[in-house]
Amino acid sequence: MQADLNIMLSEIILSLFAMLALISAVYGSKDRLTVPLIFATASIFMLLALISISSAQGIETAFDGMFVNDPFARFSKVIILISASLVLIMSPDYLSKRKILHFEYPLLIALSVVGMMVMVSAGDLMSLYMGLELQSLCLYVIASMRRDSLKSTEAGLKYFVLGALSSGLLLYGASLTYGYAGTTGFKGIIIAAAGDDVDVGLLIALVMVLSGLAFKVSAVPFHMWTPDVYEGAPTPVTAFFATAPKMAAMALFVRVMHDAFGNIVAEWQQVVALISMLSMFLGAIAAIGQTNIKRLMAYSSIAHMGYALMGLAAGTAFGVEALLIYMAIYVTMNIGTFAFILMMQRDGQPVTDIASLSMLSRENPGKALAMLVLLFSLAGVPPSLGFFAKWGVWIAALDAGLVWLVFASALASAIGAYYYLRIVYLMYFGAEPQDALDRRNEPVLTGVLTVSAVAMVFGVLSLVGIEGAAEAAAATLVR
Amino acid sequence: MIGLEHYLTVAATLFVIGIFGLFLNRKNIIILLMSIELILLSVNINLVAFSSFAHDLVGQVFTLLVLTVAAAEAAIGLAILVSFFRNRGTIAVEDVSVMKG
Repeated sequence: MQADLNIMLSEIILSLFAMLALISAVYGSKDRLTVPLIFATASIFMLLALISISSAQGIETAFDGMFVNDPFARFSKVIILISASLVLIMSPDYLSKRKILHFEYPLLIALSVVGMMVMVSAGDLMSLYMGLELQSLCLYVIASMRRDSLKSTEAGLKYFVLGALSSGLLLYGASLTYGYAGTTGFKGIIIAAAGDDVDVGLLIALVMVLSGLAFKVSAVPFHMWTPDVYEGAPTPVTAFFATAPKMAAMALFVRVMHDAFGNIVAEWQQVVALISMLSMFLGAIAAIGQTNIKRLMAYSSIAHMGYALMGLAAGTAFGVEALLIYMAIYVTMNIGTFAFILMMQRDGQPVTDIASLSMLSRENPGKALAMLVLLFSLAGVPPSLGFFAKWGVWIAALDAGLVWLVFASALASAIGAYYYLRIVYLMYFGAEPQDALDRRNEPVLTGVLTVSAVAMVFGVLSLVGIEGAAEAAAATLVR
Repeated sequence: MIGLEHYLTVAATLFVIGIFGLFLNRKNIIILLMSIELILLSVNINLVAFSSFAHDLVGQVFTLLVLTVAAAEAAIGLAILVSFFRNRGTIAVEDVSVMKG
C-alpha cells in the first residue's frame, strides 16, 4: 500500500495542493490570491516535472496494475507539466485585462493536470475513465470561465455536450471490452484481444473506444467542437487547450491502442490511418478562409493531430517514438505561437483578427521574425524543427508500408503551408494598417516567444535528449 | 428465462436512443443533457449485466464510479447552461450558434 502510494506521489501532492489552495482561497482573500496562486501552481508543475525527469527510469505499477509509471508516462507527464506551467505564467496579463482573474483558474488547471497525469499512467479502463473525466470536467469549466461573455459560455456549452458524448462512446466501448475480455485491466485485455479470430464484440468495443479517443484529440470526423471552443474560450485557456490536453489525449490514445489492443494492430491500423489522413486534409483546407487567428490555430491543431496520428498508424515502436517527438515539438511551437497571440493588443485590448498583423515587421521587427520562424515551423518548411517532426512520422509510416499516407500528408502539408505563409506575407508585405497593434512587449510573453522560436531553429542541431527519452518511452509500450 | 443478451439489447437500445436524441433533437438543451444521461445509464446496464453473469465484481465497482461522475457531469453541464442562458436569454439548440464556419 505504502509503496503504491509512493508511486503516485506526484499526483497526490498536486491534488492535495489544489484542495488546500481552494480552501484557503474560498475562506481567505478570494481573487486577490489569484496571481500568487498562478505562480505557486506553475512552480509546483515545474518541480514535479524536474522530479519526474530525475526519478527512477524503470516501470513501476501500483494498485494491481491500475496505475503505471513507466518511461512513456514520465515522458508525457514532463511535457504536460512544463507546458501547463508556461501557459499559467503567460496568463495573468490577459486575465486581468478581461477582468477574469479568478482564483479558480489556476486551481482548475492544477486539477485537470492531475487528471491528465492519471490518464497517461492508466493501466486499467477505470483509471483511464476517472482521469479522463477529471481532466474534461475541469476543461469544460475553464472554457466558459468568462461568465459574462456569450462566446465563452457558448464554447463551454458546446465543449460540454460533445465532450460528454465522446465520454459516453468511450465508456460504452469500455463496458463492451469488460464484457468480452472479462477484465478491465489492460494486461488482461491484451491477452483476450489476440489471435486471428478476435470476438466481434471486442472489435465493436475497439471502434467505440477509438472514436471516443479520436474526439479527445480532435481528429476528423470528431473535430466539430475544436474551432468553436478555441475561438470562444479566453486566449490563455485556448493556449492551454492546444498544448497539455492534446499531449495527454494523444498519449492516452497510444497507450490504449498499444497496451490494450497491441496484439491486433492490423484491426485498428487502417482506421487510424484513415482518420489521420482526413484530419490532415480538413485541417489544411478549412483553415484557408479563416480570419480569426484562434480559429486558424484550431484547424492547424486538427491538421497536426493528423500528422502525429501517422506515427500511431505505423503501429511500430519507431512510430510511437516519432509521435512523441512530434508532440513535443508541436507543444513547443504552439506555446510560442500563443505567446504571440496573447501579445496582439490594440489600445490595450486583446484582438484576434489576422488582418491586424498587417505590416507588423515594420512596427515590431523582432516579434515578426520570431513569428515567421514559428509559422515556417508549423508549416514544416525544411530547415525548421517542424519539418523534422514530420520527417520522423513519414519515415515511420514508410517503414510500415503506408506509402499512400505519406503521399497524402505531403500533399496536405503543401496545401496547409498556404495559410501559414499568408500570415507571413501579411506581416512583411501586407497593406498599410489602419490602426496598428500596440508596440508594448510583455517580458514573460516575449521571453517564451523568443525561446520557442530559437528552439525551432537550433533544435535541429540537438533535441536536448528528447530523442533518447522518446525511444525509451516507445520501447516500454510496444513489444 | 432472461439472459445476458436481453440486458445487452436494452442497453444498446437506450444507447441508440441517447445518440439519436443528441443528433436529431432541435429543441432544447435540457433534452441533450437527458440524452447524455441515457447513454451513461445504458453503459451502467451493460456493466452490471456483464458483472452479474461473469460473477465478477469489478463491473459493479465501475458502475458506481460512472454514476458518481455522471452526477458531477450533470451538475457542471447545468451550471454552464445557466451562465449561457444569462447571456443569451434562451436555451434552444438552434440559438447556440454565435460561432460558425
